[in-house]
Amino acid sequence: MSVPLLEVEGLRTHFFTKAGVVKAVDDVSFTVSKGEVLGLVGESGSGKTMIGYSIMGLIDPPGRIVSGRIVLGGRDLRALSPEALRQLRGNRIAMIFQDPMMTLNPVLRIDVQMVETILAHESLPRAAAMERSRAALVRVGIPSPDERLSAYPHQFSGGMRQRVAIAIALLNNPDLIIADEPTTALDVTIQGQILYEMQKLTRETGAAMIWVTHDLAVVAGLADRVCVMYAGRIVEEGTVADVIERPVHPYTQGLLDSVPSRTARGVRLKPIQGMAPSLADLPLGCAFRDRCGRSIDACLGAPETRMVGDLSRGRAVRCHNPLPPVAVLE
Amino acid sequence: MNTVIAPALGLALAVDECTDPILELRGATKRFVRPLDAAARLANALGGSAKEEVVHAVDAVDLAIDPGEVVGLVGESGCGKSTLGRLAVGLLGLTSGQRWWRGRPLTALKPAAARAQQLKMQMIFQDPYASLNPRLRVMDIVGEAPLAHRLIGRKQQVEYVGLQLNRVGLDPTLMRRFPHQFSGGQRARIGIARALAVKPEFLVCDESMAALDVSIQAQVLNLFMDLRATLDLTYLFISHDLGVVEHISDRVMVMYLGRIVESGPTEALFTKPNHPYTMALLAEVGKVVPGKRAFIPIRGEVPSPLSPPGGCHFHPRCPYVMPVCHDVVPPLVAIAPGRRSACHLNAEATPR
Repeated sequence: MSVPLLEVEGLRTHFFTKAGVVKAVDDVSFTVSKGEVLGLVGESGSGKTMIGYSIMGLIDPPGRIVSGRIVLGGRDLRALSPEALRQLRGNRIAMIFQDPMMTLNPVLRIDVQMVETILAHESLPRAAAMERSRAALVRVGIPSPDERLSAYPHQFSGGMRQRVAIAIALLNNPDLIIADEPTTALDVTIQGQILYEMQKLTRETGAAMIWVTHDLAVVAGLADRVCVMYAGRIVEEGTVADVIERPVHPYTQGLLDSVPSRTARGVRLKPIQGMAPSLADLPLGCAFRDRCGRSIDACLGAPETRMVGDLSRGRAVRCHNPLPPVAVLE
Repeated sequence: MNTVIAPALGLALAVDECTDPILELRGATKRFVRPLDAAARLANALGGSAKEEVVHAVDAVDLAIDPGEVVGLVGESGCGKSTLGRLAVGLLGLTSGQRWWRGRPLTALKPAAARAQQLKMQMIFQDPYASLNPRLRVMDIVGEAPLAHRLIGRKQQVEYVGLQLNRVGLDPTLMRRFPHQFSGGQRARIGIARALAVKPEFLVCDESMAALDVSIQAQVLNLFMDLRATLDLTYLFISHDLGVVEHISDRVMVMYLGRIVESGPTEALFTKPNHPYTMALLAEVGKVVPGKRAFIPIRGEVPSPLSPPGGCHFHPRCPYVMPVCHDVVPPLVAIAPGRRSACHLNAEATPR
């Protein structure tokens, strides 16, 4: 693999609340290469969104990045001044959020918001910025872009709003796009449209993407590699084919068994027992221990990330007693 | 409107799937009307042409559910599936059409008798947070209805609620707690316990799992299947999640802008969809199968139900659109035993 575009190493983002320290992200490391789509999968509260926020420098008190390195194109983002980081944000790294109504300013027209995004990072004549905004709307498949430019966010449907948010994210041709569940709030047919556009755009621009989601089906069809998160940690990492067809972490296996369409109709599913622990009060050792069917005495101690199988495939797991890496499913 | 309705094949066909349905809706229609405000009325008096806003949320839907059957109702947001669920359970009144329960029209019953029948139908709501009163203890949330309907006396409440909680996999010792002290999955179980506490025979589950994580959703889905087997329940299962619907339903109905566009046994419908909209929906169901796939989206969006397109509602988005689709509403006709579809393409293929 070439030099990665983004390198996250030992990232810990903790929230210091009255109820105690919430370890939203706890010792997370991964890399993303140019043109690669990395799926970040986890259930609610697993810390997947906070990884995106940490990279963007959007963690607000009481939260704080406690330790770790975030290196984008050779620059350590944590060492940058707020001003330098602001220059990167929306320019080299862009983020697409779950709810497009919250991303867009409801009292500003679309063209104002788009031109603002360009002029914040480049000195360009207004007309040229306008032209680029128009082209960006065309690129994400918005019909009659000239009229749409002078519209307000509330005049768009949910799917169209998300397209606008994507168009804004792509305006400055970022190297890295962090997409935080951008299709979760949308209907299936609209989700299909957005996925289609994103797939096309990343292929055209060569941008890398981190796709944060709880939806295994989307990740399976879109991503190159997957990181599975549980309770603030990455518990398994590998190529999509490896992780989904031959999961080695019991949690990944449990997640896959919970998807109804993978089990024959009407047959009882094999869900994971119990529920996810609170991030403020994690059990010692492996956080999945109490729900795990394979837990052993060693699980009382925290497992380290270790590589499994063929090293070149970048397959890692954080488990004392992983499933054998050979086929469990066909 | 210039919409022409194609001659229907007769009412006899409308209920072909079921011989002795537990619940039946015939020509169920629900319109929501926003009346004109004073200014618009004044403008009209002066020769203006302001019109009332009418949403045809549910448009002449026939629905028949056999005892013990699980019928899945799928569609995108705004298609009227929740409204249809509420009509079925009686939370909303019909604008026109009839509601039958075990072979008798409910409107013909006396209020007291109707109420007794009504108790046999319950609903489980979408949002496990909003549908539980935050100021009541679980004991009262679950116990209130059976007390009010005199199924139990006050002295039996603790024991009875305990039984209900046990049945949905909750610890009865938690019954003195308030909803905020439970997780999402537990709250979903409380909602189910509340619905089951009045011993219903028919349950409408309206997106009851949409708010849950995958692993918790699987637990609740198992619970639904177990309860069905032990209590002999009948479900109308409303969801936008086709994977869930495919897993639990015997029969599926697909809804688009207030109309049923296709219905049939789950397996047949999922393996060989007939209506172009069903095909499009199924194409978007993500199977958890690795390998990049090309997302081939269907164009356009669901039109506003305030001014739905004429003819077949789906025609502006349909890849197979024909001239006839613009102004003739395709009737929902039988295309195979137990299967119906509302598409002009079927008429093309097999001329009547």
